[in-house]
Amino acid sequence: MSKRSLALLCILGLATLTGGLLLPNWMSYLFTIAMGKGLVVLGLVLLMRAGLVSFGQGLYYCVGAYVTGMLTQFAEVTDVLLILLASVSVSVAIAATIGLLLCRYREIFFAMFSMAFSMILYGLLVRNQVLGSTDGFNVANPSLLGWAPGPEAASDLVLAVAVFLVFSLGILAWRYLKSLSGYAGEAVRENEIRLEYLGGSVFKIVYVKYIIAAGLAAIGGTVTALVSGHVDPEMAYWTTSGEFVFIALMGGTAHVAAPIIAAVLFEALRTYAFAVAPYTWQMILGFALLAIILFMPSGLWSLVERFQNKKARKTT
Amino acid sequence: MKQLLAILVDGSVYASWLFIISAGLTLIYGVMRILNMSHGSFYALGAYSGAAMVGWYFSTGSVPWFSFVVLISSALVAGVTVGLLVERGLLRFMYGRDEVVMILVTYAVLLIMEDAIKLIWGVEPYFAYQPYTLLGRTQFMGLSFANYDFMLIGVSILIGLALWYGLNRTQNGKLLRVVIHDREIAGALGINVSKIFTITFLIGAGIGALAGALTAPGLSVVPGMGIEVIVLAFAVVVIGGLGSISGALVGALIVGMARATAVHLYPQVELFVIYAVMGLVLAFRPQGLFAVANARKI
Repeated sequence: MSKRSLALLCILGLATLTGGLLLPNWMSYLFTIAMGKGLVVLGLVLLMRAGLVSFGQGLYYCVGAYVTGMLTQFAEVTDVLLILLASVSVSVAIAATIGLLLCRYREIFFAMFSMAFSMILYGLLVRNQVLGSTDGFNVANPSLLGWAPGPEAASDLVLAVAVFLVFSLGILAWRYLKSLSGYAGEAVRENEIRLEYLGGSVFKIVYVKYIIAAGLAAIGGTVTALVSGHVDPEMAYWTTSGEFVFIALMGGTAHVAAPIIAAVLFEALRTYAFAVAPYTWQMILGFALLAIILFMPSGLWSLVERFQNKKARKTT
Repeated sequence: MKQLLAILVDGSVYASWLFIISAGLTLIYGVMRILNMSHGSFYALGAYSGAAMVGWYFSTGSVPWFSFVVLISSALVAGVTVGLLVERGLLRFMYGRDEVVMILVTYAVLLIMEDAIKLIWGVEPYFAYQPYTLLGRTQFMGLSFANYDFMLIGVSILIGLALWYGLNRTQNGKLLRVVIHDREIAGALGINVSKIFTITFLIGAGIGALAGALTAPGLSVVPGMGIEVIVLAFAVVVIGGLGSISGALVGALIVGMARATAVHLYPQVELFVIYAVMGLVLAFRPQGLFAVANARKI
């Protein structure tokens, strides 16, 4: 990445941050949630580029959120950095174990099997009285390096952390996709056996992607838990994971920015649909999903690509 | 001894309920290669239309026994009508797309139907307990069982037999198996694949709605019941091997017994145990118990 585009990204990041801070409270709340979800979907997109659709990212989303909640409530650790470290390591450990089994599957089996694992977690949490069973429990306000901003400014702190994470992890993901193992993911989707003939290990590629996606989902879960101040088992329920797949499909898999933008648009669409039609918002989402599948199979990002192609044709 | 009997009976009742739900799902997958997420909403649709019609029927004060006919026929009519709408109006434009895309399409249908059901029947729960109490209870070894549950076992056996007979012993069933085996060759031989798809989807949707209708008298019919059920059906179908009717039967029995054991002995792990069983089976038989292994595509 050139110095110029890095500088541009930094400016864009600062602009997003100030923009987010200037928004009215409820909007900056939604924006932060969208950032959290965008990170989860970013992980999902990495998997989708290898042709794997996980219907169980809710598992790691929920693990991240619960680790966050448990640390703040039961261990009184409120430092964002510590929390992030803990939630990522827990979910990476889980992904490293489950991944051994899961990465043998493809297509529909991968989707269904990953869903089953998140339902296991859901089943455990719903029955767990200590963790508040179906109601979940509250998450305390975060702090950063000894600075505790209090309940008022805590959401601003989370917003800042979320924007920072989205930009830095987005750049890392972009670098990853441009690397050899990033491109190998697409080779897995196209033709596994040829990739193995060329000496690549399909299992290793998929496994690494799965673990990265789990880490990203946990970070997303932590962000959501911190900003909403509450966690519940619903985060591991399969409809949550379905939502992530929806967002991924909406954005498309062509660029790392697509899932983030799609997450913001999705939150806006859902809030709007819910406000306009509280009883039929799911229906609106359903029709939107169908429209995307029918008319825009490679997501909203294809619009950007179409625009770029047109520009490229004009200049030559 | 008493506990063992309770587990066995509960397990078979739960297993037959699961089998009725998953039979339609596995049939549609077997023939059309569509993992139909909207199966859950067909289940809910059957439950709602059945419960609403039974409630109305009892308010007219007619012969109580006829309510079974009302329950089943209203669910079947609703399921088949909506199934036709979904298949002809949407799915047939999508055939040939990726399996995962088809999951998303049916997921969209699920979202739409969930709210459509809320719009039609509202968000208040429905109760259609009359057929349940009508059959009375049986005392056996000091335990009390609802006869309705035994009827459920009977119905599931009937459905299983009908599907087996239809697929193995009738002309149309054999055509269906040809389509399952090789869709393109079947089309080239002059079999109307699109018609077979439609009929399969209607049968699947009908069985799904029937499952809902048969469940309705035993519990309250509430919004979201379809979403709850669909993952359970997936677990059953995946354990048995996607697309296999006998697999669905075995999967339902395994899950039913495992759950009944958990409920009676360790009630905390009720939901967990189902997916744990699924994980265990798939760890050893990655494609499920009864699935035919597929070669990797080059």
